[in-house]
Amino acid sequence: MNGDERQHPVRVALCGNPNVGKSSLFNALTGSRQHVGNWPGVTVERKSGHRFYRDRRIEFVDLPGTYSLIAAAKDEEVATQYIIEESPDVVVQVVDSSNLERNLYLTMQLMEFGKPMVLAMNMSDITEERGDSLDMDAVTRFLGAPAVRTVASEGKGLEELLDAILEVVTKPPADRRIGYGELETTINELRAMIERDSEISSKLPSRWMATRLIENDSYVKGKLVGRQIWKDIEPYLSKLDRDNGEMELADNRYGVIDEVVALSCKRCKSKRSVSDKMDRVLVNQHLGIPIFLIMLWGAFELTFSAATPFMDLIDAGFAELGGWLADSVQPEWLASLLADGIIGGVGSVLIFLPNIIVMFLILGMLEDSGYLARVAFLMDRLMNRIGLQGKSAIPLMMGFGCNIPAIMSTRSIEDRKDRLITIMSTPFMSCSARLPVYILFAGAFFSHMAGTIIFIMYLIGMIVAIVTAKLLRTLVFKGEPSAFIMELPPYRLPTLWSVGVHTWDRAFMYLKKAGTIILFGVMAIWALASLPYGVEYGGEESWIAAIGKVIEPLVEPLGFDWRIAVALLFGFVAKEIVVGGLMTLYGAGESEDALTDALKADSSLNRVNAFGLMTFSLLYMPCVATAGVIWGETRSWKWTLFSIGYGIALAYLIALLIWQVGGPLFA
Amino acid sequence: MDVPAGGKVYVTSVKGTGAIRGRIMAMGLVPGTAVEVVRRAPLGDPLELMVKGYNLSLRATEAGLVTVSFAPPTSGDVPDKAAGGKVHER
Repeated sequence: MNGDERQHPVRVALCGNPNVGKSSLFNALTGSRQHVGNWPGVTVERKSGHRFYRDRRIEFVDLPGTYSLIAAAKDEEVATQYIIEESPDVVVQVVDSSNLERNLYLTMQLMEFGKPMVLAMNMSDITEERGDSLDMDAVTRFLGAPAVRTVASEGKGLEELLDAILEVVTKPPADRRIGYGELETTINELRAMIERDSEISSKLPSRWMATRLIENDSYVKGKLVGRQIWKDIEPYLSKLDRDNGEMELADNRYGVIDEVVALSCKRCKSKRSVSDKMDRVLVNQHLGIPIFLIMLWGAFELTFSAATPFMDLIDAGFAELGGWLADSVQPEWLASLLADGIIGGVGSVLIFLPNIIVMFLILGMLEDSGYLARVAFLMDRLMNRIGLQGKSAIPLMMGFGCNIPAIMSTRSIEDRKDRLITIMSTPFMSCSARLPVYILFAGAFFSHMAGTIIFIMYLIGMIVAIVTAKLLRTLVFKGEPSAFIMELPPYRLPTLWSVGVHTWDRAFMYLKKAGTIILFGVMAIWALASLPYGVEYGGEESWIAAIGKVIEPLVEPLGFDWRIAVALLFGFVAKEIVVGGLMTLYGAGESEDALTDALKADSSLNRVNAFGLMTFSLLYMPCVATAGVIWGETRSWKWTLFSIGYGIALAYLIALLIWQVGGPLFA
Repeated sequence: MDVPAGGKVYVTSVKGTGAIRGRIMAMGLVPGTAVEVVRRAPLGDPLELMVKGYNLSLRATEAGLVTVSFAPPTSGDVPDKAAGGKVHER
């Protein structure tokens, strides 16, 4: 090769079935920290990174998992399209060595596509531990693609893999093809017709297109429809028995796989005994659902109890700091900005960091262990009844942490309708950003039963999510939820590293949010409360009161005054600002306790409108970032606006009901 | 066919159309494959199957697209693989 080619980076696509360790391998190869989990569908969009090896720049793209090159779900489509359209130099298929047969089905399809390929036989440690032995040379010889043993989670086998990648780039191995027996005649006839169009057959392999046409693949069809050759291909296809043809193709592919396995593998059919034993309890006919409910409750309980001592510590720290600033800083307005605005506002949000950490630790462990996939299995029937499917249970549960990754995780749901309904329901799952509002108001007005009230909030959120799904299914997306076909991965012990990194990333995002959006939000509120110059801070003459007074008539029927109206208005940006804003407005810069006292002392607030306010905060529109993700995922202004409008309308109606009915009764 | 938990059967054909059928076959449910019904979910649906050494979950509706028999396949039940199912060097 000449010098130019040496400079040219090697583009490598990492593909493979869902949940085989592609992201782990990607992280090990590129030094990135992509999130990994143990359920099919963790990676939903492609990620890229690079490394230098033997003076060559190698660029890696981590693709979402796919079972075949026919795209059934959004994430599979991303992977399939990348491999077909972006034409990477090398395709590395990450193979779960402990699940060889099914993994090799994709290998067969990749072979048909004819790109230089390397097989990373991952998780080989598990395979060997249970006494299977895999002959890499036999696989390499049989498939004509180098097979390399890797353990991505421990970074083993990387050099061998990189060597193999560079090897197939410099001298591509002989092309292999799968024999299709009786179908060969049909394939060849179709191929001849396709090859008459040199423009299309120079871009995509004709044999591959021929098999795709037999499988009725809409992607390849789309490439050919409207071209001259389609006039001959279409009548030819309509005469074929394609149903049988498709089955025969699959059958022949698995025929090859059987041979590869027989040649290369000793004792590769053993069962996953530990995992099966655990499932005997965890998805047991009688115990499965009670165990799930206990876990849910336990996670909830732990989020609060384990975090409390740390929260007290942070609260005390900020109180100390706020008090000191108020006393020692001059001029007075600066002291007010620091103590009332920044310390009060941002501090009131930072105090919930321990809750966030505990919640993501628990979610991370559930995700890594493989239990979330079981949740989908357990809940499918129930979800089906409300117009959703088992896979919707995963985003909904993740919604308790943060709605943004939850909505992104809906990409593993194949059906567009199912996916849209899940996206519309997820924002009602009470995310951790709403927790500060509950803790503050439940603590101030329901001291003895604060825990129960908070639990009721989560319950209301779930009920609204269910009703929303049911309504959308019966009114808008009529018909049955789509098919449910999902792999149940073996249980794995969550690794401290993986769960820790994920939790840290989340905690860091929360800190960043506190330092940016929330900081600006509370500073804006502080400024509006302090202006015009010389006005009493947050008094009736201040600008913020003027704004609040404009909206006040709107929220008066809900029992809210102008201060709450302002806090809710700014809470559009991020729901934590509701608390931060109130802290600033009540000028209770010293501590959370001071705000609690200030709220209690406000005669316009009582149990009923406090409950109404919590419900309103829970339901009224997704935060700005979530709305952005909804738009990104649906690419529909209609649905994004629906999500916002529906939330506000619902929040308003329910809060109205609470105040109008509950007010006269209890207040 | 209604197969009880713990029952072992063999796939004879896959019905249905489009993406679902392709997905079912990609997951390994092709003629001749041995399938063990591991259990039903607590609420009665979906099913958990053991196929090609891994655990697959699918609803009874989708499982209904797969026709099975209790008898292991003989050469007549599955398409003849003598000519196909091999890798050739081009």
